[in-house]
Amino acid sequence: MLPAAREGEMLPAAREGAMLIATPGTAQLDPLRRAYAEAGAARRRVVVLGAAVLLVGVALAWVGAEVDPAKFWRGLPNAGSYVGRLAHLDTGAYVWTDPKYWFWGLRRWSIELGQTLLIAYVGTASGLAIGIAGSVLASANLVRSAAVRFAVRRVLEFMRTVPDIVFALVFVVAFGLGPLPGVLAITLHTGGTLGKLFTEVVESIDLKPLEGVAATGGSWLSQIRFGVLPQVLSNFASYALLRLEYNVRGAAVIGFVGAGGIGQDLLVAIRKFYYSDVSAMLLMLMLCVMVIDIVSEKLRHRLLALDS
Amino acid sequence: MTTLRTELLAQPGLTLPKRRVSFGTVATIVAASLAYLSAFPLLDISPDRFWRGLSQLGTIARLMLPPETGGHLALYLDALVQTLSIALLGTLLASIVALPLGFLAARNVVANRVVHLLTRRSMDAFRSIDALIWALIWVNVVGLGPFAGLLAIATSDVCALAKLMSEAVEAADRRPVEATRAVGGSRLLELRFGLLPQILPIFASQLLYFFESNTRSATIIGIVGAGGIGLHLYEQIRVLEWQQASFLILLVLVTVALIDAISQRLRAGLIGRSR
Repeated sequence: MLPAAREGEMLPAAREGAMLIATPGTAQLDPLRRAYAEAGAARRRVVVLGAAVLLVGVALAWVGAEVDPAKFWRGLPNAGSYVGRLAHLDTGAYVWTDPKYWFWGLRRWSIELGQTLLIAYVGTASGLAIGIAGSVLASANLVRSAAVRFAVRRVLEFMRTVPDIVFALVFVVAFGLGPLPGVLAITLHTGGTLGKLFTEVVESIDLKPLEGVAATGGSWLSQIRFGVLPQVLSNFASYALLRLEYNVRGAAVIGFVGAGGIGQDLLVAIRKFYYSDVSAMLLMLMLCVMVIDIVSEKLRHRLLALDS
Repeated sequence: MTTLRTELLAQPGLTLPKRRVSFGTVATIVAASLAYLSAFPLLDISPDRFWRGLSQLGTIARLMLPPETGGHLALYLDALVQTLSIALLGTLLASIVALPLGFLAARNVVANRVVHLLTRRSMDAFRSIDALIWALIWVNVVGLGPFAGLLAIATSDVCALAKLMSEAVEAADRRPVEATRAVGGSRLLELRFGLLPQILPIFASQLLYFFESNTRSATIIGIVGAGGIGLHLYEQIRVLEWQQASFLILLVLVTVALIDAISQRLRAGLIGRSR
């Protein structure tokens, strides 16, 4: 609420003679107070409405997802003991007492993890190329033809919306088992995602360098190379690095459907309850992603520093 | 192709400054391209295999048309509802756990460096495990079905959400907090009136964003038996029922696009109000 002051009352500063300030009278304050109360009520209405929609949604979802708290409570100790079992070898000893036995498949898993990384890398790099080409063609400030923009945008949207593992499922049938369908699946999904992000970047650039190149008689390609590329390069690289991180995680599970990498072995280990194998592989995966995470964060900070 | 540079160099009497490219940049580009090229033989990818697969893919694409329900429309729609339910409840469950965690991981709330570093690093570590792996594990713990999927979505999101929240808390303006303290507010009141009003719009918009991405994850989580439409998609592709598979893919596409559009509107509204 606004401070309730009596009409004509002077503030302390005014009494001291610095200057004379009179608080506004009720005639002026009342509309303000009413507007304030109304704004508050409107906000409360939105919040209540939102909460009601959410509650109904949750109630429906509760039934839809077959939520059963009893089942959860029964499962909870099981979850705790699962973690315990992950920490034990099949001999019954703790995993860290015998690292050599724990990581008995180190060679095999390292090769598979390397394959996973390569799948992610090749997929990201190829997707980057698609994303750059797509974003240039989909940007309103670079391409005049609305038909081309519309078509490219829809294609990018399709590539982005279909999950990479669904692409992989179909590609495994077409291309056969192995890393190839995995690479292609990640390429398409990455191309769609980066294409959309890049389009937003390209559409927000400064057009003056572009016009400068055009004024000297540069072709469309020269305009892109000298007018657009220097403005967007660091941004593109930063997004691509983020995507690489994400794709390593994705490539690790793409083997679930037979598209190469460590996923295949991980699936078998989890399904067949080889607990120590599961924890060993997950640990390797986490370490790997963490290293990439840290390196790419450093690189991204350097890239952003280049901009400013 | 004649670039602008070659065109300009052809002009008589015109000199251009020499371009300087650092050694590091060249080395990075060379290494990256070498790694890219050497990956193909390592991954057993040959042009021959690629072209053969592509023609196969063409055949499959033809077999996919027109999409057909195969008389299972009710079953598929039911699975779709289940998918959305998993995404919604999973996101909510994650948010309930992530909000307090986010405060704990923020440097300006818990000022202990060790606690901060430990929580951040473990969040990063757990973030690297995909929802599909969590789903497999939860299936082992609570059995097949959507409940495992819900828990998988929640566990895979908690860390990412908590990290984002802690960043939002750290980026929050200190002044409202100090103002609350200045008028004699307790530590709890500082959080409630100083921080929460700044955090909530960001949190709500993040939640919507996660709901979007979780809808995507929930569509595939059925592949490992954790409920939702993924199971049907997986089965139809495995038995090469391409028409039904394409119908399911279309269903997923439309749903995801719809959720995206709605949540984008809502998020724009939320962020707009907070500014």
